[in-house]
Amino acid sequence: MRRVYLDNNATTAVAPEVFEAMTPYLLEDFGNASSIHWYGQRAKAAIEVSREQLARLLSARPSEVVFTSGGTESDNAALVGIVEAARSEKKHVITTTIEHNAVLHTAKALEKRGVRVTYVSVGASGIVNPKDVEKAIEPDTVLISVMHSNNELGTLQPLEEIGRIAREHDVYFHTDAVQSVGKVPINVEKLGVDLLSLSAHKLHGPKGVGALYIRRGTALHPLLYGGHHERDHRPGTENVPGIVGLGKAAELASEHGTNDALQIGALRNRLEEGILKSVPLTSVIGDRSRRVPGTTNISFEYIEGEGFLIAMDLRGIACSTGAACSSGSLEPSHVLTAIGRREQARSSIRFSLGRFNTAEDIDVTLEILPRVVEQLRSLSPHYKKIAVTI
Amino acid sequence: MTIAIAMSGGVDSSMAAALLAENNSSGASSGSPAVVGMTMQLWDQRRLPAMMDLEEGAAPARASGRCCSLDDVYDARRVANFLGLPYYVVNFEEQFERDVVRPFVESYLAGETPIPCSHCNTEIKFAQFIETALKIGADRVATGHYARIRRDEESGRYRLLAGRDPSKDQSYFLFGLTQDQLARTMFPLGEFTKEEVRTMARQRKLPVAEKPDSQEICFVPTGNYRRFIDAYLSEQGKRPKSEGGEIVSTDGRVLAQHEGLENYTVGQRKGLGFATGTPLYVIGIDSIKHRVTVGSNQDLLKSRLRVRDVNWVRPLDEGKSMTSQVKIRNKHLPAPARVEAGENAEAQVEFASPQRAITPGQAAVFYDGEEVIGGGWISEVLG
Repeated sequence: MRRVYLDNNATTAVAPEVFEAMTPYLLEDFGNASSIHWYGQRAKAAIEVSREQLARLLSARPSEVVFTSGGTESDNAALVGIVEAARSEKKHVITTTIEHNAVLHTAKALEKRGVRVTYVSVGASGIVNPKDVEKAIEPDTVLISVMHSNNELGTLQPLEEIGRIAREHDVYFHTDAVQSVGKVPINVEKLGVDLLSLSAHKLHGPKGVGALYIRRGTALHPLLYGGHHERDHRPGTENVPGIVGLGKAAELASEHGTNDALQIGALRNRLEEGILKSVPLTSVIGDRSRRVPGTTNISFEYIEGEGFLIAMDLRGIACSTGAACSSGSLEPSHVLTAIGRREQARSSIRFSLGRFNTAEDIDVTLEILPRVVEQLRSLSPHYKKIAVTI
Repeated sequence: MTIAIAMSGGVDSSMAAALLAENNSSGASSGSPAVVGMTMQLWDQRRLPAMMDLEEGAAPARASGRCCSLDDVYDARRVANFLGLPYYVVNFEEQFERDVVRPFVESYLAGETPIPCSHCNTEIKFAQFIETALKIGADRVATGHYARIRRDEESGRYRLLAGRDPSKDQSYFLFGLTQDQLARTMFPLGEFTKEEVRTMARQRKLPVAEKPDSQEICFVPTGNYRRFIDAYLSEQGKRPKSEGGEIVSTDGRVLAQHEGLENYTVGQRKGLGFATGTPLYVIGIDSIKHRVTVGSNQDLLKSRLRVRDVNWVRPLDEGKSMTSQVKIRNKHLPAPARVEAGENAEAQVEFASPQRAITPGQAAVFYDGEEVIGGGWISEVLG
């Protein structure tokens, strides 16, 4: 059976170049980067090369990049770290209702510690209005955290405007850019962010490694204790092969960025238009112009996402309903609920493309998908009633 | 053909999956797998925190829950992986609560002693699950029940037979299956004994070969129904309506007061809350008068009962009657009786000799030898 992978927002395949770059650090160059000897120096040097590669992708200074275990840790470190370091007695944090749970659940945990949190709501476009963020600012606001690209919709948030607002009000600004790094150009200066989270495995790097960009001069308490690694920001022996993989993945993204975006965007549009044309009662959720190139979220009326996903998988096509992290949960997607599309939450499917998808992948999908939809709908009593009128 | 096997993580459904995997190979042309493993997520054990505490004397493993606990999903996934089957968890929590848990609680509060497993089979396993299986492109479903299905070549009808192993037979819980459902269902364990299933699982080194059987109702792993009902009602923001009432003797004397019908079940002897010289048993529960009637062991013996919502697996015309062996609870030995089909899917049963503790809410299942003729819910004990 031919298999097609359309779930690149969940994770991506490691690029062969990344794999190749990592292997020596699993075998001969296995040293601990803190060791004084030759082995340690090899490892340390590799980490610093990676830091430069990643800094270049973000237009940041290498010293502003801290390696972590991934996006979730970076988000936790940013939110908790800023709040802990803030001197004010009362503390207030602003975020949005469409954030990833790595931010939302951290914010909930902060609330339990007495921090006030405002969750700015987002409309059907899936894009937050910067004015709403500004209105939420209070005298003791210590942090604004707004994601860059939404993981379920792909929509891009107006970070530049929010960055300006944050600066005007002298509030730290964090963005969860896990779903945008490697997909759209990132320039921390232009975006005006003080902290930025990213994860290697979303850009054809390995799992279990990520980074937090921390603007120079940002007061941040560490999340973990245990050593002086990563300029006291993140103790623990560095995941050298992972960090090398992230560095290489970042370098590839810097080189391929524009090309990838064009190619992936064209395939995504072909898939999206193909579905909208060949399958009745479908619509795209969220703004279609301001989003990353690889993602589309499509609502299929009279379809229940769980069954669709399994039926597609048994025919070799991998896609998803919302975030992989919430698979198996009955709760409708909090993102779709937040943007007022709760009704569609169970019938919406996310397709996310990556560097290794081909035109043939899309053709195969467009051949199989309409039949799967028809099969599922034919078993829906609600659909039978309206099918006559189509 | 693609078969969807319902996997609970226990040894029975795991072995059923193993047999299917061994006897069916993938469709060469379509490439679609022959067997797909699925677990129905029915109830979130973390949902009622009050139920999570250790019961007195309960081992931690038991209190962690049998059905739908993360451990069971983990086991089912491990077995599917071991057998090389694609595996999915499908969520039926909403339907399960609506069609099984809520009716269970309501039935208890009305003084009945319900058996949710039959409802679960009718409403979830052989309705929702078949529907989902068809949606994902499967043609048949299979479960690890000990029962057998035969197609009658002459009439074209499907017959439901008890499992070969009388001590494990589960046909009592399957009387509600319709012809459509039977046509789409397979019971790979029907010809085996529990012993043989254990042995086969060990021979194949299935990861759950030594896992103990579950005993209790899956969503009440501790077996403490009272506590479950309280926890569920308070989660729903309802106070248990635990209206107290009288405990009376067969001649109408008030012997004591009780604190709610859900504490009593027909045949119960312990926990009546008062002592008398002779042993007393609950012989009747009246949900309208909120009254519990107690009497001697002799008073528990009854012969006639009414059955509602009858499903006839082998049709019996209205007004017709037949001799049959009727089972009034899972561990009851089928007893000879006359079964008469009434109108509105009702039936009347008259046992040849009186039976002990006929309990409203339980199922009465009619057998002709090893074949299930039909069954329904005991609505009334007539005398």
